[in-house]
Amino acid sequence: MFSRAYRAAVTLPPLLWVTVFLLVPYLLLFCYSLWSVSASQTIIHSWTLDNYRELLHKGVYFQTLLRSMWIAARVTIFALLLGYPLAYYLSFGASKHKDLLYQLVIIPLWVSYLVRAYAWKTILGSDGVLNTSLQYVHLTKHPLEFLLYSPFAVVLTLTHIYTPFTFLPIYASLDHVPRNLVEASHDLGATPLQTFWRVIFPLSIPGVLAGATFAFVLSLGDFLAPLLLGGPSGIMISNIVVSLFGAAYNWPLGAAISLCLLVFVVVLLFLSEKLERKWSFQ
Amino acid sequence: MSTTIQSEIAVNPKATGNTLLSLRNVAKSFGRHPVLRDISLEIAEGEFLTILGESGSGKTTLLRIVAGFENATSGEIWMGGERLDSLPPYRRRVNTVFQNYALFPHLTVEENVSYGLRIARLPKEEIAARVEQLLALMKLTPYAQYKPAKISGGQQQRVALARALVNRPRLLLLDEPLSALDANLRRHMQVELKSLQREVGISFVFVTHDQEEAMVMSDRIALLRVGELEQVASPREIYSRPATAYTAQFIGHTNLLRGDVKDGIARCHGLAWRTGLRDGVGWFSLRPENIRVAGGAGSSVRFRGKILRQAFHGATELLQVESTDGLVLSVCLASRQNWQGELDLEFSPADAVPVRESQERN
Amino acid sequence: MEFPVSGGPPRSLRWLPWYSIAVFAFLYLPIITLIVYSFNGTGVGGFPPRNFTLDWYRVLFADDAIWASVVNSLLVAAAAVVIALGLGIPAALALDRANFPGKALFRRLVLLPLILPGIITGLSLSMLFHEADVKLSLTTIILGHGTALISVATTEVFAGLQKLDRAQEEASLDLGANYLQTFWRVTLPNLRLSIIGAALLIFTLSLDEIAVSFFLIGRDNTLPLEIWGRLRRGITPEINAISTIIFVFSLAAIVAWYRLGKRAEGQADIGAELIRNTAEEEHA
Repeated sequence: MFSRAYRAAVTLPPLLWVTVFLLVPYLLLFCYSLWSVSASQTIIHSWTLDNYRELLHKGVYFQTLLRSMWIAARVTIFALLLGYPLAYYLSFGASKHKDLLYQLVIIPLWVSYLVRAYAWKTILGSDGVLNTSLQYVHLTKHPLEFLLYSPFAVVLTLTHIYTPFTFLPIYASLDHVPRNLVEASHDLGATPLQTFWRVIFPLSIPGVLAGATFAFVLSLGDFLAPLLLGGPSGIMISNIVVSLFGAAYNWPLGAAISLCLLVFVVVLLFLSEKLERKWSFQ
Repeated sequence: MSTTIQSEIAVNPKATGNTLLSLRNVAKSFGRHPVLRDISLEIAEGEFLTILGESGSGKTTLLRIVAGFENATSGEIWMGGERLDSLPPYRRRVNTVFQNYALFPHLTVEENVSYGLRIARLPKEEIAARVEQLLALMKLTPYAQYKPAKISGGQQQRVALARALVNRPRLLLLDEPLSALDANLRRHMQVELKSLQREVGISFVFVTHDQEEAMVMSDRIALLRVGELEQVASPREIYSRPATAYTAQFIGHTNLLRGDVKDGIARCHGLAWRTGLRDGVGWFSLRPENIRVAGGAGSSVRFRGKILRQAFHGATELLQVESTDGLVLSVCLASRQNWQGELDLEFSPADAVPVRESQERN
Repeated sequence: MEFPVSGGPPRSLRWLPWYSIAVFAFLYLPIITLIVYSFNGTGVGGFPPRNFTLDWYRVLFADDAIWASVVNSLLVAAAAVVIALGLGIPAALALDRANFPGKALFRRLVLLPLILPGIITGLSLSMLFHEADVKLSLTTIILGHGTALISVATTEVFAGLQKLDRAQEEASLDLGANYLQTFWRVTLPNLRLSIIGAALLIFTLSLDEIAVSFFLIGRDNTLPLEIWGRLRRGITPEINAISTIIFVFSLAAIVAWYRLGKRAEGQADIGAELIRNTAEEEHA
């Protein structure tokens, strides 16, 4: 139906832009990871695998990566534990206020990430709202130190940020479950709980996978929360990358780490998509 | 208030005449909007009952109340001597075949059919045996491992049937299960369903808006209009002796004649016939096929009709004729090449069936 | 469908409404704290809050650097919307209607910045500018935001295209309009809701964007980066005040978006109704 001219006009501009501003930069990333930096802080354009060797040998990078993955995993699990029941309640239990409640979940997403992370910082600090209120009601005598500048703070903040992200796809998939399937299940003798495990949950798995992937990948690459709230024990892999592009001037090494991250994310997305497809419209 | 005319004619030899399900003064309103008003109905064991009605008549709501997906606003439902409406749907010995089949897309045909049995924790061997038997009955055995998305609409419909029947419910509810099928398959399935019901001997309550379908399949038809039962009778009875004008017009074609009755004679536009009605205004239903070409003597009512229009229906022809006094009637005659001009027509007085006027309901 | 008949959630799920309330509380706690303490006389910490004051807002309004960065952010966001929509709409059309070699790769590439951690997009772009000897400035930030947010525009418009009834465009062509006219008179109006929604979303995301901006920043700050700079030096309750204002604007944006959605839903239904009715008449 659409003429060749139409299709060309529509395809070429974005294709060109994406090539220049996405494809080429990623290629550059690849190239940089194979270059090195001189003592006088200039980039040496000669090919070497040194950066990757350094990644494999120096323990600190690997440890930080593992810690980042562990933090991301915890964030994902908590975000799912919070997001799934909420999505279920909105989809199946709250038909009168469904719309309004949905908007209420979305609103925090629109509020600045920086603002929310900062808010947690003020809440969790030793002079912050949580500590002072606990002391006010005499539950504690001294401020709790672990609340801030720790992995705990990072996990807490990121869970807060990414719960709406897990909520959205889970809610979409739950809402798509035809209600007559639920009725059919009841008709055949299954209690609501049995219906949930045998019918509703399996059909919501694509949404869970999508939400989990989102939460995990974005948490893994987050640099703001650990910087604001993580303290020395909460440093994540992106912080290292950022410092390598900043004070610790070593772009090639930073590029190498980023490339690894990029490849890891792409592989994860690929696997997640395959799994999702297996579990949808069965 | 109820306009029910109960008929005890049980045509189905397996219908024992024992009451299985009893609806007593069931009413349902959604907010302030009444959908069902004062429904009382008894369903016998082994009978095939069709709830027939237009969209908006409340037929699906009635079915869902029996299944347990809606609560009646008032009234009671009894099955086998116990209150049914106090039980949630998963505790009723009632199963439903849904309009869009509601097959579980993530389960195979075999898993769909065995679902209810697995919930009931029956022993594995028995589950396998029952499922196999029912798949064979429904001619679905080669498709047992397929997912619903991969089989045709007709096959899906049979899976839905199998899934319900395998649980051996006391009552099977069918919510317009044939409406998604094309015409030929639909006619085929009507016959199949009817013989299936005879074979398993379970009571079927079938909901449809298609009056032909209802007549083909049912032992009794319950005609529902705007939330109330208009008439409950066997297909033959409801066709030849409709209780109200609505019934006469909804089921099959008819001519509705408004007659002035005096001293046992009804007169309408120059036509006159004997009737047992009291003096006053009376309504009569005259089926088009009961008007025939005049021939020979007899006590028939005769008139001359000018052909206004005709429509070819294959075996028959539906003619619209106008009598000398301006009465327009539909006449159904065997097809002939040359129905033209004017015809001498007649009908028997007994074929002018008196019907009640249907009341307005909002 | 509500929880099944016989009133209310089943026993096994009685806790669900309470749990949901708790989750909502968790989601809103930081925001509420922020707002409350922006009026708190003794600043950020301490409980309970006391000394209601507007001082922090006064300090905020006198802060020139912050307002300069606000202006920058608005400029960047507006430009980002133009770029992202200007490329995202054709991209969505291309994905919906055209087949070309490399289409799968193109699709992935366009959508990648959506899920990839922002720093990767940011630093790879900074490498590009470095190699091309382009100085970092607001322009580079604009290019970065535009590129990263094409994916948002594409996703929204693509979804809108999927809902679009192809028959309307065919009818337009049948009645003599060419492709351009059809696009302008039929396709675009139908996509209005998706485009406006995408614009709102892109604008908001750009205002808040840090990860990409971090690597592309020149001399001029955007608002988040300005706030970020302050935070490194220590917490001032002034930040609470600007955060509250940001929250109010976000709220206004989402209410506008919601209203738009409701209004267009009615319009879309009318279109669908018309077509359905016409089809029914043909079949009757």
